[in-house]
Amino acid sequence: MYDLASLALDTARIRRASYSDVRVMHLRQRDLTTKNGRVGTLVQSESIGLGIRVLADGAWGFASTDRLTREGVAACAAQAVSIAKASARAKREDVVMAPENAYVDSWQSPFRKDPFELPLETQLALLLSADAEMRRVKGVTLTETDMQFRKIDSWFASSIGSRIHQRKVITGCGLVATSFQGDEIQKRSYPNSFGGQHALQGYELVESLDLLKHAPVIAEEAVALHAAAQCPQKSGTLILGGSQLGLQIHESIGHPIELDRVLGQEANFAGTSFLTLDQLNNLRYASDIVNVVADARLEHGPGLGTFAYDDEGVPAQCTDIIKSGQFRGYLSNRETAHLIGLNRSSGTMRTESWNRLPIIRMTNVSLQPGTWTFEDLLADTDDGVLMETNRSWSIDDRRYQFQFSTEIGWEIKGGRRGQMLKNPSYSGITTEFWNSCDAICNREHWTLWGTPNCGKGQPMQTMGTGHGASPSRFHNVRIGAAFSKQ
Amino acid sequence: MTAAPKSSSAAVARGPATFDRDLRGIVDTVLRLAKSFGVAETEVHVDETISALTRFANNAIHQNVAEHTVSVSLRTQIEQRTARVTTNRTDEDSLRAAIEATLSLASSQPKNSNLLAMPGMQKYRTVNRYAKQTAALTPEDRARAVRRACDLAVKRGQNAAGIFSCAQSQSAIGNSRGLLATYRDTHAVFSVTIQEGTAASWAKENAANVGQIDTQQLVRRASEKAHRAKDALELSPGRYTVILEPAAVLDLVGFLFYDFAATALQDQRSCFNDRLGKQLFGKNITIEDNVYHPLQLGAPYDGEGIPRQRVLLVNRGVPTNLVYSRSSAKAAKKRPTGHGFVLPNEYGEAPMNLVFSGGKASLQEMIASTGRGLLVTRLWYIREVDPYEKIMTGMTRDGLFLIEKGQVVSAVRNFRFNQSILEMLRNVELMGPAVRATGEEAFEMVVPAMKVRDFHFSEATKF
Repeated sequence: MYDLASLALDTARIRRASYSDVRVMHLRQRDLTTKNGRVGTLVQSESIGLGIRVLADGAWGFASTDRLTREGVAACAAQAVSIAKASARAKREDVVMAPENAYVDSWQSPFRKDPFELPLETQLALLLSADAEMRRVKGVTLTETDMQFRKIDSWFASSIGSRIHQRKVITGCGLVATSFQGDEIQKRSYPNSFGGQHALQGYELVESLDLLKHAPVIAEEAVALHAAAQCPQKSGTLILGGSQLGLQIHESIGHPIELDRVLGQEANFAGTSFLTLDQLNNLRYASDIVNVVADARLEHGPGLGTFAYDDEGVPAQCTDIIKSGQFRGYLSNRETAHLIGLNRSSGTMRTESWNRLPIIRMTNVSLQPGTWTFEDLLADTDDGVLMETNRSWSIDDRRYQFQFSTEIGWEIKGGRRGQMLKNPSYSGITTEFWNSCDAICNREHWTLWGTPNCGKGQPMQTMGTGHGASPSRFHNVRIGAAFSKQ
Repeated sequence: MTAAPKSSSAAVARGPATFDRDLRGIVDTVLRLAKSFGVAETEVHVDETISALTRFANNAIHQNVAEHTVSVSLRTQIEQRTARVTTNRTDEDSLRAAIEATLSLASSQPKNSNLLAMPGMQKYRTVNRYAKQTAALTPEDRARAVRRACDLAVKRGQNAAGIFSCAQSQSAIGNSRGLLATYRDTHAVFSVTIQEGTAASWAKENAANVGQIDTQQLVRRASEKAHRAKDALELSPGRYTVILEPAAVLDLVGFLFYDFAATALQDQRSCFNDRLGKQLFGKNITIEDNVYHPLQLGAPYDGEGIPRQRVLLVNRGVPTNLVYSRSSAKAAKKRPTGHGFVLPNEYGEAPMNLVFSGGKASLQEMIASTGRGLLVTRLWYIREVDPYEKIMTGMTRDGLFLIEKGQVVSAVRNFRFNQSILEMLRNVELMGPAVRATGEEAFEMVVPAMKVRDFHFSEATKF
């Protein structure tokens, strides 16, 4: 693969590109689903190709091809240079890149069981068994299960001399039980909604989830929700389960810290950010106990944002985002690092595939664990609502005002879990919400959740991101607004 | 229906790229190879896409990309088992490996007694959605249009961001029972956001023929609205009469797509469960799915190659018909309508070409008829809060304006809404003519601007 990459780099150099980088990628994916006891989707796909990004006349061009012949690659590289020269017709200033070293390396994400090498019959049998366990519960009207496996090889080469091969194996798995009664559709998912849990792991992730134990539990909860009390509308104390908090981090911390968004490069689509450059090191983002990092290193865990090098050839790093409540850092790349006074990218350029341009992306943006046990947190809460498992999520295009709803909630009264609540929701303003955080559970309750479906960029790219979180408590939160009538 | 062109020269560095794959040849190769494996039934989709997108922000181009892709997606079916494999490698060895992979996947699962034999040859209506002008658009052409947009913004002390993209694609579907369908189209999009201080506005259009998009007119519209969006008032949330521009209507009602699927009703996850045939919406609401409408785009066949039918979904406020794949049609003892997804899948089908009947009121007439209300440019980050009452949440974005005594008097800070689509379509007071609208949350549809009473805003944001 490096021969083709080198040919692309040489072609770009001959055509007077001042910098170029190439990604040859081979992506393999398998999706299995069941519905109501039958196999739903059973598909496999692969895609291989090359994308080249070049800097010529001070502006960017990118082209991609799946014609992996010498002619196809040379034509693609030449096209990228001519596109860059067209870009230069509407540039304001020349692109300047932060310096970076050249690396020659090969890295593979650790996994114990390659899901592509295990018998498909075993995987389907597990899903069908979990499906059957859910359907055993009276009142369940729809059962769904899914597994998704990905294997991604990428060969990165740049004109500064880097040659980096990375292989990632990603696994995802989840269950959903739905119940339609009267005028309500209620749903419960395990271990998370919208596809379950996803991680940079092999089939061992699926085996760790104990699907058969949890399938009847969520099915019973889906049915029980019909008879549950409606979540009240009030301002009060809120405890969020880990997976919901992971999505809260994603939307109200992860996206606002993307420096391309801050600089207006996403203004037409994903939006901008309230975190203007003057806020860095000045904004009280959260309460003192809140510490958030963007950590792509393996030691942070097998997250969807874990890698050895980003797609610009910059090594994985850990960046402080919020330190003791203070806003400390953005996600940057080689082009934008100097704008926040850094002499090096924070290593967050990622691409969905060979035919997409790398853009600034979340890695693993995680809330560091606190000191509480979950039991102590409940016992310490006199009056509140516990919400778990996301049902809907929405936030404005500058990331101030958000609203989330979850699949299930429980009243907390006198330090104990009380009655089940249906249709829970909460809303607020990002910094007010995070400044109201007064308790974060410890590492024992901390999970690195995977968000596999983060959309950004034009053309749209879908990327997996990681979010470590443990259950946490917030005060004076608006609860129940999603179902308010006035 | 257009025939797939014969293969031409390889990709070139200068000038627009051209199709260079013989799709029918690939279909024939896959069917021949599958036959040599003794496969009972085989279906193959082949798609070739050439696309390019120029992206600008801060009054300059910052991303500029192009791609040329081919995908071969094949499905084998043997003894009531099926599976699909997709690859972008088109040499015979790779296609042979893909067939073997489908057989391996298919044989690993239990039999599915609901699986139907593949359909035979079909007849299709001709649609012409390929414009040479779009296919011929170069990076220089796009750069010139972007330059004009940025120059206008700079001249007015504003900041422009957006995209200008073009694409051409051709596709073919064939199966071992003799079905063969081909299609090609072009697609151009221009979208612009203009910022003036902290105020912003937006305009976007798409079309098969780029010549139908007046990019500078869109820039001027966004520029003028961004200027008017300054000094926004903060109003209290509550129920307001709103005038939703077509993009706002599109992105909201687009969430009804899957509810019209027969499979969604069979799964009891549709908001139309127990509501078909009832007066659910106002009598001024009529909706059809019609791929042949002159403002619609898309292939006239579905994922199995079944011709798309025109389907009246809502007649004067009454949900009347659903769309059916072959499988859901058999379960419901109906005829398939040509809306099935590529198999295998668990969602069945959906209408992809919604057309609202609309009305005759102009936007100005709607504004003039409003004592107090809000004009909404577009909506953003819309998600479903309640699947049966179809309560959606989301934000207003890029231009929310207060109307008093029939005139736009001020900009307003953006609101969050929590609004049932079912209730909204009971509260439509006026509609404009249906137009081809494009947003960011739903497929393009033909929808009108709407004046809606009692639209529910629950909270305000900071800008």
